[in-house]
Amino acid sequence: MVGGVLTAERLVKRVESPEGPLTIVQDVSLDIARGESMAVVGPSGAGKSTLLALLAGLDLPTGGRVLLEGHDLTALDEDGRARLRAARVGFVFQAFHLIPALTALENVMLPLELASHSGARDAALDTLRRVGLADRTGHYPRQLSGGEQQRVALARAFVTRPAVLFADEPTGNLDSTTGARIGQLLFELNADSHTTLVLVTHDQELATRCRRVLRMDAGRIV
Amino acid sequence: MRSIRFALRMLGREWRSGELGVLLLALTIAVAALTGVGFLVSRISAAVAMRATQVLAADIRVESARPIADAVFVRAASMGLSRAHATGMLSVVFDGERSELADLYAVTAGYPLRGKVLVATHLFAQGTPASAVPPPGVVWADSRLLAALGGHVGSQLSIGAATLRVGRVLISRPDQGGTFTSLVPNLLMNAADLPRTQLIQPGSRVRYSALFSGDPRQVAAFETWLRTHLRPGEQVRDIADTSPQIGGAVSRADRFLSLASLVAVLLCAAAVAMSARRYVARHLDLVALLKTLGATRRFTLRLTTLELLAVAAIASLLGASIGYLAQAWLVYALRGVLTHGTLPAASLTPVAMGLLTAVALLAGFALPPLWRLSRTPAIRVLRRDIGPPPLSVLLAFGPSAGVIAALIAWVVLDVRLFLEFTAGLAAFLALLFAAGMLLVRAAARLRGHVGVAWRYGIANLGRRRIDSVVQIVAFGVGIMALLLLGIIRNDLDGAWRGSLPADLPNYFFINIPPQSRDAFIAYLRSHGARTSRMLPMIRGRLTAIDGRPVESMRFPGRRGEHFATREQNLSWASALGPDNRIVAGRWWAPSERGAPLVSIATEFERWLGLRLGDELTFDVAGDSLTVRVASVRKVKWDSFQPNFFIVFAPGLLEKETGTYLTSAYLTPDQARALAQLARTFPSVSIFDIDDLLNDVRAVMDKAVLAVQSVFVFTLLAGLTVLLAAVQSSRDERRYEGAMLRTLGASRATVLQGVLAEFAALGALAGLLAAAGASVAAWFLTTRVLDLHYAFSPGACAIGFAGGIVLVAVSGWLATRSVVNQPPLGALRRGPG
Ligand SMILES: Nc1ncnc2c1ncn2[C@@H]1O[C@H](COP(=O)(O)OP(=O)(O)OP(=O)(O)O)[C@@H](O)[C@H]1O
Ligand SMILES: [Mg+2]
Repeated sequence: MVGGVLTAERLVKRVESPEGPLTIVQDVSLDIARGESMAVVGPSGAGKSTLLALLAGLDLPTGGRVLLEGHDLTALDEDGRARLRAARVGFVFQAFHLIPALTALENVMLPLELASHSGARDAALDTLRRVGLADRTGHYPRQLSGGEQQRVALARAFVTRPAVLFADEPTGNLDSTTGARIGQLLFELNADSHTTLVLVTHDQELATRCRRVLRMDAGRIV
Repeated sequence: MRSIRFALRMLGREWRSGELGVLLLALTIAVAALTGVGFLVSRISAAVAMRATQVLAADIRVESARPIADAVFVRAASMGLSRAHATGMLSVVFDGERSELADLYAVTAGYPLRGKVLVATHLFAQGTPASAVPPPGVVWADSRLLAALGGHVGSQLSIGAATLRVGRVLISRPDQGGTFTSLVPNLLMNAADLPRTQLIQPGSRVRYSALFSGDPRQVAAFETWLRTHLRPGEQVRDIADTSPQIGGAVSRADRFLSLASLVAVLLCAAAVAMSARRYVARHLDLVALLKTLGATRRFTLRLTTLELLAVAAIASLLGASIGYLAQAWLVYALRGVLTHGTLPAASLTPVAMGLLTAVALLAGFALPPLWRLSRTPAIRVLRRDIGPPPLSVLLAFGPSAGVIAALIAWVVLDVRLFLEFTAGLAAFLALLFAAGMLLVRAAARLRGHVGVAWRYGIANLGRRRIDSVVQIVAFGVGIMALLLLGIIRNDLDGAWRGSLPADLPNYFFINIPPQSRDAFIAYLRSHGARTSRMLPMIRGRLTAIDGRPVESMRFPGRRGEHFATREQNLSWASALGPDNRIVAGRWWAPSERGAPLVSIATEFERWLGLRLGDELTFDVAGDSLTVRVASVRKVKWDSFQPNFFIVFAPGLLEKETGTYLTSAYLTPDQARALAQLARTFPSVSIFDIDDLLNDVRAVMDKAVLAVQSVFVFTLLAGLTVLLAAVQSSRDERRYEGAMLRTLGASRATVLQGVLAEFAALGALAGLLAAAGASVAAWFLTTRVLDLHYAFSPGACAIGFAGGIVLVAVSGWLATRSVVNQPPLGALRRGPG
């Protein structure tokens, strides 16, 4: 199974709930190659977001392990996983998650600065140009429309040229036209930078653009 | 580096959005209150120290029975100090046939180096400052001496072999000693005339004094040098010997000012804690996001800490400036009240203290929440309900409790007061919290009996129980501070001014022979003087404590040495004066007449390290007398009534030959009769303390004004707490209000609900505040200020009603904009 950018081996996530232990992710194994794209689809509550979090090292599995470019995430501590993310991983969220206190440019520069890259500013400006926001660099998130905010988020995700990009319903908060445009942009950027894409979505059209589609229900791959 | 840049950028941005306003306000007020008071107290103490140096007529002096070595003067000259000589001796002075024993004091030019010599042209008149020492050939004799001799300005006095003319009436010289050591009338002369008198012969008893003054640091350096170069018999006196009256007034003001500023600081701490809570709530998402993007936990902690430190730095700067300005204004407003000299410049230590306070407040109250904030898991970017794990109790409350305890200890500097205050505070907060809990629960019961708006409001209180209790406590503490100030302010002003009424005794009479005691009182009364109590005074020496001779014992301070080795004034009394309060043991009963008991003042207890039940042995005129310490008294020296450190039970000292002592208030007109009195009772010594009294009054006035200005800080601190409480509740209500409106509730319903909730909150807080303020007022007035406490039901009613109105209105104002917002924006931002 070695050789993929992202490998999951028999992942299990169990949590305590008022009604007793609850298994949200059950025995999920997968292997994704470099540059590949994979959509995770399934009904609400299926455990898609949870799986994404496990693959990205945002959370630790109860069982199994995740290898990201050969690094075992379960063997790293919180800061170790953070450092790995800084270097290799990008994120796009449904709720955009831009920092309201920072301008579009500063938001895009942030991951580079966190990874101590030099030339953060130029790289950020360049990426903003690619998402079509060259003239909005000084704007704060609340001065931008939803679609524009998500484009800033895309720029932020791609600016580090990550090995893997995780997106959790990136079009979920947008109307269908804007959503389609964001989806288009996402795949363009992905193709340009040879990034591996893991995409959780309810959007059928977006899912079909991925090379692989992973269907989940009640924590299992179906 | 990254984090600093990032933190500054965040600061700049959050700054503009008003995010950090309350935190900055709270820290600024805390710093301003502490530095303002610090500045003021340091300057007032410096002024008191200056007043004390006037008693020495110098900053430091050396006394000896032999001429003082030239080396001392040479050294002083090389250090740039001002110098003067004073030579004192007792000698009989003649005016024709009549003669009187006088204390001759021969001085060189420059005397006095501190304070003023007051002179007049008539006996017992008001003095005016003299500009120089008496020229050669001229003496200034005091009223009592001239009265006894029947002399006046222009009389020729024979002093030893010389004849000198009386140039002025000496009203007072600064170093004549308010401590009753000099019981003889005074005469001031020029040192150049001394050889002509031929009074200094081998064997004559002469006191040589060398006086020095100058820059405080030079003086301190000189004193160090002196202590190692003293010859046997030479004694150094410095400002440690101050008069207890002024010291008492200042330390009381100091204590109160410090406590008032402490209350302001504690209130600010509450505001800081609430702001920090809010800061954490509003930065959970940021921290989770930063971590998702690859930030380490250290980075996020450093980032938030740096941001708050920057706020602390700004607050310190602002606060210290405000504190300095407030103090400068106060000093300006009070210019001229101290009769002698100007106030020395403020020292800069309070600024450092202010900075330290701001950092300590942050460390104790904001760092634990920040620590917790940094533990927000990255997964929160996907699941908003996941927050950081709660802190352990020790980590959550330990640092803040530690900081509070340290602050209190630093301010009160007194173990007993510290324990009382902290225990009181802890009990008070626990009680407040418990009461808040109970009230919230009781309110929940009301739910079924009220309309929909109230039901919604009260339901909210119950649902967020802990938050509601925290808010009730915060509101309660804020309102309580305001109430407390209202209750004790007037009492305090009155009691303070009342403790130094205009007709306070301004003359002391010493050495009244027992046989003329009644005649003396009758004489004073017949001249309209208002007399105080009459106490016997017997000279004695402490020889042993618990059987151990005092010579073989060591005492903590110089005062202890002093008391253990010098002759003491002893007294006896059957009744306890109203200006004395027993703090340990008990006063004797009439049946204990003749029992070997003694009562000592708290100062004496402290300086000699005595305890209740210790056996003290005194040598009184050759008789050895052993008595047991039966009680310790706290003496209000500023009553200006005769008071003694050591008071025996009646029936022990009556057989010893002593004299009597009393004080009286005389108007300037009545004081003229003193010339006649001095002639009728030649052995009685008269001490005019009018000057001293005026100084004490000035200090008191200063204290009252200072206290009022510190109240302003406390008031602001209380309001800040209210603001922080409103703000913290606003965030939650913004989300709920929007949600309710989305569900179809009208604006009016939502507003009414909010109003109901705040009114309920205010009522509960007001109830707690009224009770709390009454208890705190009692504690402050009786325990800290030694004043009388009167319960004030009106203030309680105001607190209750005021609480409802204040909280409801401010809450409504703060939430109104929220309710008016379109719901979508608020919902998108989410709760918290
Ligand atoms: N920490 C947790 N504690 C309790 N329950 C959890 C926890 N994390 C996830 N769950 C539950 O596990 C299930 C899967 O959640 P998840 O967010 O992964 O679903 P999802 O497939 O992303 O759904 P959606 O399409 O609605 O976003 C849900 O029922 C959720 O409530
Ligand atoms: Mg999901």
